[in-house]
Amino acid sequence: MMKFRFRRQGTDPHRDRLRHDLFAFSKTVEHGFPNQPSSLAFDPKLRIMAIGTKSGAVKVYGAPGVEFTGLHKETATVTQLHFLPGQGWLLSLLDDNTLHLWEIYQKEGCSHLEETRSFGLPGRPGFDSANCSPSITRVTVILLKSTCDVACLGTEGGGVYFLTLPGLALLEEKTLFQDEILQSVPDDYRCGKALGPVESIQEHPRDPSKLLIGYSRGLVIIWDQTTRTVDHLFLGNQQLESLAWEHSGKTIVSSHSDGGYMVWAVNSSCQKTQQPVMSTIPYGPFPCKAINKILWRTCESGNPFIIFNGGMPRASYGDRHCVSVLQGQTLATLDFTSRVIDFFTVQGTEVAEGGFENPRALVVLVEEELVVIDLQTPGWPTIPAPYLAPLHSSAITCSYHISNVPLKLWERIISAGEQQSPRLSSASWPINGGKNLAQEPTQRGLLLTGHEDGTVRFWDASAVSLKPLYKLGTANIFQTDCEHNDSLNQASEEEWPPFRKVGCFDPYSDDPRLGIQKIALCKYTAKMVVAGTAGQVLVMELSDEKSEHAVSVATVDLLQDREGFTWKGHDRLAPKNGPVAFAPGFQPSVLVQCVPPAAVTAVTLHSEWNLVAFGTSHGFGLFDYYRRNPVLARCTLHPNDSLAMEGPLSRVKSLKKSLRQSFRRIRKSRVSGKKRVNANSPSSKVQEANAQLAEQAGPPEVEMTPVQRRIEPRSPDDSLSGVVRCLYFADTFLRDAAHHGPTMWAGTNSGSVFAYALEVPSQEKFSERAVEAVLGKEIQLMHRAPVVAIAVLDGRGNPLPEPYEVSRDLAKAPDMQGSHSMLISSEEQFKVFTLPKVSAKTKFKLTAHEGCRVRKVALVSFASATSEDYAENCLACLTNLGDIHIFTVPGLRPQVHYGCIRKEDISGIASCVFTKHGQGFYLISPSEFERFSLSTRNVTEPLCSLEVSRLQDTSCLSNNFMVTPKLPQANGTHVPHSPEANHSPADSDRSPEEHQAAFSPGPVDSPNSSMENPLDTTGDITVEEVKDFLASSEEAERNLRNASEDEARPAGILIK
Amino acid sequence: MNRPHRGAAGSRGLGTMEVKSKFGAEFRRFSLERSKPGKFEEFYGLLQHVHKIPNVDVLVGYTDIHGDLLPINNDDNYHKAVSTANPLLRIFIQRKEDADYSAFGTDTMTRKKNVLANVLRPDNHKKKPHIVISMPQDFRPVSSIIDVDILPETHRRVRLYKYGTDKPLGFYIRDGSSVRVTPHGLEKVPGIFISRLVPGGLAQSTGLLAVNDEVLEVNGIEVSGKSLDQVTDMMIANSRNLIITVRPANQRNNVVRNSRTSGSSGQSTESSLPSSTPNILTNFLQGEEESDEEDIIIEDSGEPQQIPKAVRSSESLESLTQIELHESTQNGFLPSSEINLNHSAGSISMEYEEHDPDHKSLEDGTIITL
Repeated sequence: MMKFRFRRQGTDPHRDRLRHDLFAFSKTVEHGFPNQPSSLAFDPKLRIMAIGTKSGAVKVYGAPGVEFTGLHKETATVTQLHFLPGQGWLLSLLDDNTLHLWEIYQKEGCSHLEETRSFGLPGRPGFDSANCSPSITRVTVILLKSTCDVACLGTEGGGVYFLTLPGLALLEEKTLFQDEILQSVPDDYRCGKALGPVESIQEHPRDPSKLLIGYSRGLVIIWDQTTRTVDHLFLGNQQLESLAWEHSGKTIVSSHSDGGYMVWAVNSSCQKTQQPVMSTIPYGPFPCKAINKILWRTCESGNPFIIFNGGMPRASYGDRHCVSVLQGQTLATLDFTSRVIDFFTVQGTEVAEGGFENPRALVVLVEEELVVIDLQTPGWPTIPAPYLAPLHSSAITCSYHISNVPLKLWERIISAGEQQSPRLSSASWPINGGKNLAQEPTQRGLLLTGHEDGTVRFWDASAVSLKPLYKLGTANIFQTDCEHNDSLNQASEEEWPPFRKVGCFDPYSDDPRLGIQKIALCKYTAKMVVAGTAGQVLVMELSDEKSEHAVSVATVDLLQDREGFTWKGHDRLAPKNGPVAFAPGFQPSVLVQCVPPAAVTAVTLHSEWNLVAFGTSHGFGLFDYYRRNPVLARCTLHPNDSLAMEGPLSRVKSLKKSLRQSFRRIRKSRVSGKKRVNANSPSSKVQEANAQLAEQAGPPEVEMTPVQRRIEPRSPDDSLSGVVRCLYFADTFLRDAAHHGPTMWAGTNSGSVFAYALEVPSQEKFSERAVEAVLGKEIQLMHRAPVVAIAVLDGRGNPLPEPYEVSRDLAKAPDMQGSHSMLISSEEQFKVFTLPKVSAKTKFKLTAHEGCRVRKVALVSFASATSEDYAENCLACLTNLGDIHIFTVPGLRPQVHYGCIRKEDISGIASCVFTKHGQGFYLISPSEFERFSLSTRNVTEPLCSLEVSRLQDTSCLSNNFMVTPKLPQANGTHVPHSPEANHSPADSDRSPEEHQAAFSPGPVDSPNSSMENPLDTTGDITVEEVKDFLASSEEAERNLRNASEDEARPAGILIK
Repeated sequence: MNRPHRGAAGSRGLGTMEVKSKFGAEFRRFSLERSKPGKFEEFYGLLQHVHKIPNVDVLVGYTDIHGDLLPINNDDNYHKAVSTANPLLRIFIQRKEDADYSAFGTDTMTRKKNVLANVLRPDNHKKKPHIVISMPQDFRPVSSIIDVDILPETHRRVRLYKYGTDKPLGFYIRDGSSVRVTPHGLEKVPGIFISRLVPGGLAQSTGLLAVNDEVLEVNGIEVSGKSLDQVTDMMIANSRNLIITVRPANQRNNVVRNSRTSGSSGQSTESSLPSSTPNILTNFLQGEEESDEEDIIIEDSGEPQQIPKAVRSSESLESLTQIELHESTQNGFLPSSEINLNHSAGSISMEYEEHDPDHKSLEDGTIITL
């Protein structure tokens, strides 16, 4: 049907070309922390790191901006990842026991990550893989030899297999089975028992032919590959967990399941070692958990580092996730809030014989974040990560994007952020391989996320890596049960083990009422409004100095004088009495509390008029934060809307449900009881066949009681009809066509739009005169769908600029000569009305055509890829099916649509936020934003190169790679689309123009010509009821006359 | 002053036509060009002019060849009046305030002459008061079966018109699967079905939909490939004027048309539907939309009205619009009691039966009782 409509609208080749120049969809990069990481690898030569996830994604990170993403075809957990150092090869082991080789290859100057081959270990020879227990050949450990030609696979069955690299061919003759080892093991150790799975394989640091192999039972051997003999036996009796070489190759260290580790001397004189040099259980003497991994790093400055995870006393700290760093007598127990996945140290690659490793940093991957510890600075502080930020350190409740942030504000936010975290290390980021080829972003984009714990986090979203800038807490101005202080940390100084809290993942919120619902920020005046779950609206100002002041509190009763409503939800938050200390940064000046304290559903700010508007499920209010007094409060509740007051656990619903069920039962018994007799009608055979088919198809389904949907138009008293969905300030024509002035618009869940004319005093008289609001118009959309957004377009069809944009010469002044129009987007349709007389100009009924509903809309400026100075303002819309549609404004012609998010991914759709220049973000997991681009010009995607020096010629492996901007998304939400508009990287580098207002004249079907907009073809009557309160008497008279002349009009227009 | 030419009126020339207009006790005579009578608005102004009642709202009526007093209130019935006037067009003008609507209708003029009969049998007359007919602008559309002439017999297009009633639409839909005849044999495909009717709802009381009817289109958009939730949203979005094409579960009540049954098989009806119907429907609905737009505009602006007209002229579906007109004039003179909400299904089906006189034999089948 879509196609059909497109065709009818004309196949203007000019417009088609323009569409091609303006719009292109791609998912460009994932920001944040990978969801459910399962493995970690590090390439010390290329200084890049790889993280595998439970969904089969592989992500490679180097220097900021250097990122690669790959996705296994199988959705299986990536259990292990290993780099071939310096080669650009990455070997992954999946849950299903298959090995996959990934290659980072150069193409068109940029590096890409691509899977090249895969390998599954066959069952043991002689056994059919079908009936042989699969666990025998299940790979437990992998070692890639430093010569980069062989991979050693240790298995559950105890065998060690060897694979060529990068060909992944099994070297069958080299396979080492346990039988061969057992021959050299003394009889008294053997006891007729198997050695168990291979737990660790480590290459000798000096002699690549020698392998250190550890078996679960505790036996550790040094195997000489060239002679195929056992060089040395360490007859350990404690169940083995992991092994590590000391750098010189003279000592090994083994960790065990009892929470202890042992140091063994490698003495070439005798073939067997019975006892370790040292054996200790660091957190003993009570039973401890296993030490899963241990590292031994030599250090020039003294004692070696011993780093291990686990080993905590089972009873008292068994639930802690710890990595211990031990150097001589110095022990730090790094206490993480989530499970430790893996860790590694970063040190210089080439260590001379007899030299020291001198680890620079310890990198720990835990389930919810990546923590890097500076090992060279005393106190081992953490190094702030330039990417992989844990967005979800507290659950994200809302997000807000600001583009083209002025440099001044940017610097102030950064400096506020720097003063917040003085304990961070100044060491440079150790994982810095690769080169970022993307040009410096020309504009600064700021992404704000509101969180459940009442914090707002500021992220630098200008480039590929999302950097944290500043964190704003709002909890400190309220009295909460749990006071925020660091007393816990200080008290634990004397405690043993010496826990040190690291990382910032803290999903526990003290009080759900603190949660942030809506954010608005004025980038020119650095004023911000933050609104939360308990109806709190905080007006904030950015200050470079710390301060201690009392926050003035105002309450606004949104119920007005409505009777008979009782709020049964949560109480409002009690603000702290007296002055509160605030650090440099955003400091609250006024707190407005809505009554009843329902969650704020919409907020908007006009810094030029010193006004903030906010709405809840009960109504909306307008507040003058300069004079600190409320201007307006309006209740939007429908008298029958009980749900808004009583919460979702209403009794009415369950009664309805039970009635429905009992009726269904009655009906069902009737249907089954009455079997129709087939009548012999004299009609044609086909008809009869059709009739029979239709009847056959019927009855069986009746018994299944399938999902039913009720078809009923929305009624005015549907539940939660009063929820305020959007608020908007505009300087436009509301009273008459000659005078424009400040207006405020509010849209509700039941399709009502309220327009107020505002009397705002001039700048100098703010303190003298109060702002006044007069109800101008009330519009009732006949289809009663929730109003998602309201925007006013100027005479040229461009959206009105933001406050101060014109006065600071940052945007063209809007056209105040031509007639303004108003775009109202409901969940079901878009409609453009003329102003000041509200009459429908154009509309597009999305739901009636597509069966999808509008979730998010934004007016977006699209710059053309081919001509520098051409740009168009369009309406971008995300539907409940996860599709993105783009329409021209004000013509409302559909341009393109793309599948973006899976329709089942409700939180992804709910979290979507569009930027002003055709990009967007949505959550693909609680911790990751996917960034997408709708524009051909404004694309932010990783462009990077990695210098690899291959030891072998690998041209035989070259594949036909698809040139897609990005490989399938890690979470599998990627919907493939035809790469029709594959831009060259050069195009995407170009920056978007600043506000581009000029439309090129001429195209026959230009987006401005609403005249030829095809009218909707589905016939229903959507009459809007417009109550005009401001219209002059003359105009009202004319309206009346119109009404009498045009008698076909229903009596829906009330003119007061 | 537009005094009529005596000579022309007397000669009854082919080009002009004599008009005799009566307002109160006054008569005016003038002539009109029969070939181009102009618009009703102009005619109305002319009448006001010749009677010198420029600011009085009046009702205009004429007597047709059968002697019935019929209203003139739009271009169509004005043209009809002009074209049928023989030899002269008698116009009766009433003030709107004291208009006697009952004066219009069949037999009105003869009835007046039959005063004697009324006098003789006054009780008879009182028992049957005049049925008051509302003016066309007060008519409202009702739920009906539409597009019978263009749909395959196995399908039924139903318009549920919510406007003006307090009844709920009153039905539920569900997922299901239906068996289709395709070139590859029978194929099971997912479909959307009516699952339940709410007693007393529009769907149940009109009898237009029945449980297990398969939903094929919603307001001209095919539902195949759409999910239950999508179809639900589409229906709710169109709920003011919902047009559903269904394949009724009960196929025995279908109207059989000779012209169709010979040529069409199950295959062809299935395959022909998507190609032919959307086009027709779109056009049909465009006319509908036009009247919507008129409704929406609060301040006068001719602009939106012009758009659909331009589109309409380019299409070639005059037959359909004619049918529409025909029906509307018919409906226009249905007694108002029948236009009430209690419109029964039987009367609707009977109505389209009139277009299809060949099949009187199937009378039992046309009354839809589900």
